[in-house]
Amino acid sequence: MTIQQPKIDTSPKVSDEIRQTTCYMCACRCGINVHMKDGKVAYIEGNRNHPVNKGVLCAKGSAGIMQVNAPSRLKAPMKRVGPRGSGEFEEISWDEALEIAAGWLEPIRKDSPEKLAFFTGRDQSQSFTSFFAQNFGTPNYAAHGGFCSVNMAAGGIYTMGGAFWEFGQPDWDHTKLFMLFGVAEDHDSNPIKIGLGKIKARGARVIGVNPIRSGYNAIADDWVGITPGTDGLFILSMIHVLLKAGKIDLDYLSRYTNAPVLINASEGPEKGLFLRDADDKPLVIDRVTGELTAFDKPGVRPDLSATYETDGVTHRPVFHDMVERYMSDEYAPEAVADRCGIPAQRIRAIAGELARVAFDEAFELDKEWTDFRGEKHTKMIGRPVSMHSMRGVSAHANGFQTCRALHVLQIILGTVEVPGGFRFKPPYPKPVEAHPAPHSKVTPDAPLDGPHLGFVRGPENLALKEDGSPARIDKAFTWENPMSSHGLMHMVISNAHAGDPYKIDTLFMYMANMSWNSSMNTKGVMEMLTDKDESGEYVIPRIIYSDAYSSEMVAYSDLILPDTTYLERHDCISLLDRPICEADAAADAIRWPVIEPDRDVRGFQTALVQLANKMKLPGFTHEDGSAKWQDYADYIVNHERKPGIGPLAGFRGENGDKEGRGEVNPEQLDRYIENGGFYVAHIPDGADYYKPWNTSYQNWAVDMGIYDSPQPYLFQLYSEPMRKFQLAAEGHGDRQPPEHLRERIKEKLDPMPIWYETDQQGNEGFTVNALTQRPMAMYHSWGTQNAWLRQLHGRNPLYVPTKLMREHGLQDGDWAKVTSPHGEITVPVMEMAALNDNTVWTWNAIGKRKGAWALEEDAPEATKGFLLNHLIHELLPAKGDGMRWANSDPVTGQAAWFDLKVKIEKAGAPEDLAESQPVFEPIKSPVGTGPKNLAWKVGK
Amino acid sequence: MTQLPQSTDRKMGLVIDLDTCVGCHACVISCKGWNTENYGAPLSDQDAYGSDPSGTFLNRVHSFEVQPEQGHAQLVHFPKSCLHCEDAPCVTVCPTGASYKRVEDGIVLVNESDCIGCGLCAWSCPYGARELDVTEGVMKKCTLCVDRIYNENLEEVDRVPSCVRTCPAGARHFGDLGDPNSEVSKLVDERGGMDLMPEMGTKPVNKYLPPRPKDTIEEQIDILAPLLAPVAEEPQGFMGWLDKALDKLPGGNA
Repeated sequence: MTIQQPKIDTSPKVSDEIRQTTCYMCACRCGINVHMKDGKVAYIEGNRNHPVNKGVLCAKGSAGIMQVNAPSRLKAPMKRVGPRGSGEFEEISWDEALEIAAGWLEPIRKDSPEKLAFFTGRDQSQSFTSFFAQNFGTPNYAAHGGFCSVNMAAGGIYTMGGAFWEFGQPDWDHTKLFMLFGVAEDHDSNPIKIGLGKIKARGARVIGVNPIRSGYNAIADDWVGITPGTDGLFILSMIHVLLKAGKIDLDYLSRYTNAPVLINASEGPEKGLFLRDADDKPLVIDRVTGELTAFDKPGVRPDLSATYETDGVTHRPVFHDMVERYMSDEYAPEAVADRCGIPAQRIRAIAGELARVAFDEAFELDKEWTDFRGEKHTKMIGRPVSMHSMRGVSAHANGFQTCRALHVLQIILGTVEVPGGFRFKPPYPKPVEAHPAPHSKVTPDAPLDGPHLGFVRGPENLALKEDGSPARIDKAFTWENPMSSHGLMHMVISNAHAGDPYKIDTLFMYMANMSWNSSMNTKGVMEMLTDKDESGEYVIPRIIYSDAYSSEMVAYSDLILPDTTYLERHDCISLLDRPICEADAAADAIRWPVIEPDRDVRGFQTALVQLANKMKLPGFTHEDGSAKWQDYADYIVNHERKPGIGPLAGFRGENGDKEGRGEVNPEQLDRYIENGGFYVAHIPDGADYYKPWNTSYQNWAVDMGIYDSPQPYLFQLYSEPMRKFQLAAEGHGDRQPPEHLRERIKEKLDPMPIWYETDQQGNEGFTVNALTQRPMAMYHSWGTQNAWLRQLHGRNPLYVPTKLMREHGLQDGDWAKVTSPHGEITVPVMEMAALNDNTVWTWNAIGKRKGAWALEEDAPEATKGFLLNHLIHELLPAKGDGMRWANSDPVTGQAAWFDLKVKIEKAGAPEDLAESQPVFEPIKSPVGTGPKNLAWKVGK
Repeated sequence: MTQLPQSTDRKMGLVIDLDTCVGCHACVISCKGWNTENYGAPLSDQDAYGSDPSGTFLNRVHSFEVQPEQGHAQLVHFPKSCLHCEDAPCVTVCPTGASYKRVEDGIVLVNESDCIGCGLCAWSCPYGARELDVTEGVMKKCTLCVDRIYNENLEEVDRVPSCVRTCPAGARHFGDLGDPNSEVSKLVDERGGMDLMPEMGTKPVNKYLPPRPKDTIEEQIDILAPLLAPVAEEPQGFMGWLDKALDKLPGGNA
């Protein structure tokens, strides 16, 4: 046949209209262009002007259209009519649903507000949901941070006034060495990928530290397949090597950290605290004058070396303690190599490369700036080493100290907030002092005495009642986990079931799949949710749940408030909460209904406003008894946290020309929509690095409403709040820990980073590490209902390293029995060579309960898919001391998901078993199942 | 049988960087979204919420483990779509003329109205780059987003295939591989870009940039002097060094 090339239209109309909003297919919050045809969503792409994703979009984001048309979407409010867990519901009206909810909650509020436990999962509106909880008066509020990455957030804020992800980012434009510790594939999804692409294009080196060589670690130039839980030891060993070689930034340490601050060495209740002057300022020795001086006095040059003697006692600076501790041979590479699973040579080589790039490749930017001591600098010194870390470090019971160690490593190299290093994003840097302390004082029929969550400064801030018992249902901010800044959502159900520390009446949750993949001990949690007391009543009497989809948790709830999808709602990604800022700019964003819901659902936050109005909650109600806001959009525009400061920083003031501070602008949402759904306020040139100490940044931040006054501070290599808990454990002060916790507090709340083996007592014989990670194309349980995404990750074998495959005679597709001290699962295996020799892992939250998510009951997610959660208990195995210890970090209470150790044995050939074990009864789907085939085309 | 053109004016294609691809599947889904809504029939899905979901994709990412002779195993993410071969066997095998290679840019396309869904082209393609859409009964393949790259309704910056526009890591590049001065040709030169299975004689236009050597840090870094030469073995000696070092700092006493 000869060529008869058809004529085709190469310029078809793309869409009728583009509507720009913010993605919610994961927590990354990218800007999206939603292409509309005939009033329907036709195609979603990234917004090129958006600060987060700059036009690119991940698989999840592009699959948003299949989330909107997902058959799993709930249709209307429902009340339970069958037993809990059965999935039997009756659809009701919103009026009835809100009537029921208010009918349960109002009496509680009058008598004992703490009997409401309100926990909000993967909530992106925490400044609003906490406002509701605070005005309701319950102390029992948090989101999911406690079982996610509170170690990372708290470790960062206590050490340097900011952490990774939304708190900061590498200086992608200048960095030459980027080191990743324990970063699963989904966190800070697009920015990390954009950054990796950028630095690889110019030949920078990437080092990945992770037991699993997939995703980002697969493209790392050097992969460190570390033994899980030993990152802290590896890091402290590198600190040892760098100190010994003198490869540390002494100028930086003396100016910007508390390394020169003198520690009180006198015996007594002040021992180990900083020497302070009458204004409570920490003291240093000025190297110029040799005098004892406040750390921030103009012109002072803090001395890292000099000591101060008085009354026969020598007070030494923090730096002396650091040198003494970390130069010890216990941190020598040879001493840690076996435990870390990294040859000593390699530890030295990596430390050497960090030093070489930080110091030999240092550079200067010609930018003038003035520091908080009034000293003018003509240049900014760049040290092009940057780091990032997430759950792999965080989800261990030694994670808090490991995070601190990692920041100390960054800091001794002088790489934080300098060109080429790690940079904060507004509203960070923000020291502990600029955060609230936690509040938990309950008054019936009145708001709580302040914000729930915060940063304790010492035992005085613990959330304890007068009798010393925990004020919160999750026991956050108690001696068991004093610095639990994000609460402990993973302990709520088990504590409520046990009535420990007290019984509750109503459990109210949002976007948290607690009866499945978001809980440890999943089967136990299901039993707790359905357990009845002697009188035949449920032990947890009432459960209200809001979700957009037919998740496993729906079946365990009494009242369902169906949420919209992200394309049908208003939201604000607020500077009061977890904003979308960049290192060079403050930024926030909105969502708005680019389509209207086609069913009887409401955005959860709007439902919450309506519920608050029904109860006439203070904060939501004018003095004349009328409601302040009708819905969430109304709140976003008109709420003021302080005069002139509201949820959105952009387009404030009568003319919409004020940013940060300004009067309410009724047109604000329209202005955001015109601007692409977001607002960016650029940090002035010269204020863009050294932010914690840079006068012009500090002034800009005050103008923006981020601080009320400039807040310069020192990085806390030595943490005084931690020392205060130790002092209490040593017997000082009025508030004393229970006896059984004294030793643990003395040891684990060390004010300088330590490493310890996580508590595996009772685990003899269980020697294999077991981990999960989330794939880049899925976000917890949501992806499975998405017809496109489930084709990418519809199965989750247990990946087993070659060595263990051989040892146990396993082949791909075989079934293996995996056992922990807590439970047993039987699952299909697949060999993976690029994996730590003694670690197995699987994708998180692919396994589904039959009947959930509108999948058919024979879907692979529900037959072969499985959860490791069945092997993990919220308590450690009994030690014979009469107590059960939490499976969490003793500092923050972070759920220690990744401490899991198992044993593995062959259970059969592929044909021997049809389904992964354990198998649960199907739950009745309130939405049926999806259509068989799809050919989804909106346009003609 | 269908003839290939003697030559094409340009050789438009993709250069895919295997050193940078993190295997996130962004390109896969963006392609699915664009091409469901645009050129030809939608890319359908069968058993979408059931036991064996399978749909039509024009681009898929495969992952391979590589075990070097020495050192750790590696994982390579390998995106694969039609390579728009110069000697495309899928065109010459087509009995109806539905498959053709465009003279102006070398893009291999299927004219769906002439396609009988016989599957010969898929059989002949050594790369497995063509998929039969079960619902529509026609052969689907990468169009290089022919309805984007010239589309005057798009801003110029957006006139690239959707997979290239969306790739978060910037691992996908688009351009004229027939022009030795194009950015993509230069990239291929600099990075040693490779043909996929050149032995098949299909002369693919798309190129792959190989991963850079990995796990070399111990060979590259001299862990002894001077970089990591100890300034002291003991804390006391260290303090002596410290005082001298502090004196050398700007504003110090030295």
